[in-house]
Amino acid sequence: MKTKFLSLRNIRRIYAVFFVALFVVLLRLKYYILALILVPAAFGSIQTGLLDPISFITRSFAVSVFPGFNIGGGRLYLKQPLFNGGALIGLIFLAVLFANRFMPRFWCRVVCPLGALLGLLSFGPLLRIRRDVDRCNDCKKCLAHCHGGCDPHAALRTSECHLCMNCVEDCPEGALHYGLASPSSSVQMPLDVNRRRLIESALAGALIFPVLRSTISSGTSPHYRVIRPPGSLAEKDFLRRCIKCGQCMKVCPTNAIQPALMEAGFEGLWTPLLINSIGYCEYNCVLCSRVCPTGAISPLTVEKKLGKGVGLKPVSIGTAFYDRGRCLPWAMNIDCIVCEEVCPTSPKAIWFETVEVQLRDGPTKKLKRPYVDPNLCIGCGICENKCPIRDQAGVRITSIGETRSSVNRMILKT
Amino acid sequence: MPSINNKREEEISRRQFLRRAAVTCGAAAAAGAWGYVFYSTEPVRRTDTKIYSFRDYRTREIKVYPHLAIAHGKDAEKMVRAAVDRIGGMGRFVSPGERVLLKPNAAWDRQPEQAANTNPDVVAATVKLCLEAKAAEVWVTDVSVNDPHRCFARSGIGEAVNKAGGKLRLTSENDFVSTDLKGEVLKIWPVSRFYHLADKLINLPVIKHHSLSKCTMGMKNLYGSLGGQRNRLHQDINTSIADLASAIRPTLTILDATRVLRRNGPTGGNLSDVSVEDTIIAGVDLVTVEAYGLRFLDLKIEDIPFIALAEKRGAGLSDLKGLNIAEMTI
Repeated sequence: MKTKFLSLRNIRRIYAVFFVALFVVLLRLKYYILALILVPAAFGSIQTGLLDPISFITRSFAVSVFPGFNIGGGRLYLKQPLFNGGALIGLIFLAVLFANRFMPRFWCRVVCPLGALLGLLSFGPLLRIRRDVDRCNDCKKCLAHCHGGCDPHAALRTSECHLCMNCVEDCPEGALHYGLASPSSSVQMPLDVNRRRLIESALAGALIFPVLRSTISSGTSPHYRVIRPPGSLAEKDFLRRCIKCGQCMKVCPTNAIQPALMEAGFEGLWTPLLINSIGYCEYNCVLCSRVCPTGAISPLTVEKKLGKGVGLKPVSIGTAFYDRGRCLPWAMNIDCIVCEEVCPTSPKAIWFETVEVQLRDGPTKKLKRPYVDPNLCIGCGICENKCPIRDQAGVRITSIGETRSSVNRMILKT
Repeated sequence: MPSINNKREEEISRRQFLRRAAVTCGAAAAAGAWGYVFYSTEPVRRTDTKIYSFRDYRTREIKVYPHLAIAHGKDAEKMVRAAVDRIGGMGRFVSPGERVLLKPNAAWDRQPEQAANTNPDVVAATVKLCLEAKAAEVWVTDVSVNDPHRCFARSGIGEAVNKAGGKLRLTSENDFVSTDLKGEVLKIWPVSRFYHLADKLINLPVIKHHSLSKCTMGMKNLYGSLGGQRNRLHQDINTSIADLASAIRPTLTILDATRVLRRNGPTGGNLSDVSVEDTIIAGVDLVTVEAYGLRFLDLKIEDIPFIALAEKRGAGLSDLKGLNIAEMTI
């Protein structure tokens, strides 16, 4: 049947024809994304985790879906977890889901760099879906439930095929099968990428690398807010390994581990850092180091973290500093020292001096004023977290003194 | 030439016109009346919160029993049993079918040997006693400082309670209700709702050193009923402890002095700060229990302002002289 192109009734059909043309081009996009990501990775800037589907889904669930479920009435946590910029991660996830409205498996077909890699690896398989050209009567019923959009009715796009086997089920003639070739099997389509575009993408990746590196980041100079989970590698190695999967954020019992926005630089987007106004590093806990899939946070035992054993020192992630303009006993002569109460080390890293102070209207008062012993402080941040000055605590952790870094240090003698 | 789109509007009758006009005027009048009725000078509606207050958990006073029962020994369960029996047995405090809430100190992610939390054997023994007195349910709760899951696991209290047949109630963010403590500094605070759901409350504190209040026992243990920003209470710790002691009147207090954290409290962490005292103190009067407990930290009543404050408010008696104290060794 011929299509009347200018008829209003056929506008949907024109749209469909246009879309099929677009569709074929769109499928190539993931290969270009792969090239764009892999080339900087070869130089040492790892951004694969942004679009790697496993990182993508664990991050989205840890930071957005599970906490959202809890808000919606599910009882998953005792304390509602909240994440720094979590809504952005959640919205991206929803957008990816919503894209299925326009194209089935939009993510898999168009964006997924892992899918592209798997596609590359399956360019000449011995076993694949095969169509018997003698039996096939071109009814195209095999297209109805195809996941990959891989044209089982014609020359199969092997690299796009998800092996869902729906076409084999749908074929009324029994013309499709999975297995070795027979003399009447149809040919496959070679990998469909535009070589020129591919080279352009790889070149773009090569250009992006120096641009990404020519900026201030936590890798070039330590940043006071980049407090990494205990056991993390030194910053440069950390950035080389962290795939931003968010598993550490999911297991952190106090919700302290948060996805970074720009604190650690562009390359450090969504890498984990501790925000002590939200949570603190639980003294006896090493969960984040146990779940990290890449070793960016290297596995710890409780003994190792706490430095139990001869000649061992506890793992420090930062140091506490008093803001004497905000700390109640220092600034306002008010009793407090909650920080000393909760300090988990033994002996406590926070100690106090009892002083007699003159009050405004005459009388004197005995008061305990807190100090930090930098050699005992492990930077866990419970003092900052439990400080009654909620908006900006009177004692705050910065990353200096962290065990993992040889440069982010201040004390000569330790 | 007339339009192809020639569908015309119908003409309306007078009756229809009147009806429509009446409906419009009626709607306008209703909107005006609505505004008139609900007009308020307060521009924004505030959320109403129900304010609870604590019930008195105490049972009738019986003079024949000693004020305090002190048990020395090695076996925590036997000591708890003996001490409670000496002051009348659990049947005096718990009636069949009641729901009993136990409040141990499970604030820290520490092991039992480190003595930062109540001894799990003491908690388990109390759960058993309550169940033997035919309590319908025994709930064990605390609002921990560290992660609650970890606190109840590492302290051993979680496992001990489950084995003994009690129920652990971890407090989630949604479990707090506004409660009027009618105190001097503690007025309306968020309190764990389990306190309002229980018929009886048994306070199971441990004796520890505390750098600001010098000691933490039964009264300070009641901090663990509060949510919200309780770290603010440090600013007037003596008054706030006295406020708590007069607001919450537990049925019974069993003070755990099996291990005592003498320094670096209330968190501890080092076994050299712990001394083993193998003692259990049971009594109804929280202030008396507290006054007796001071000896484990080498403190005197004069050192601890909140004991005198609590006594002044009628929360109990601090002078041990003239009181009937039964001491036994198991």
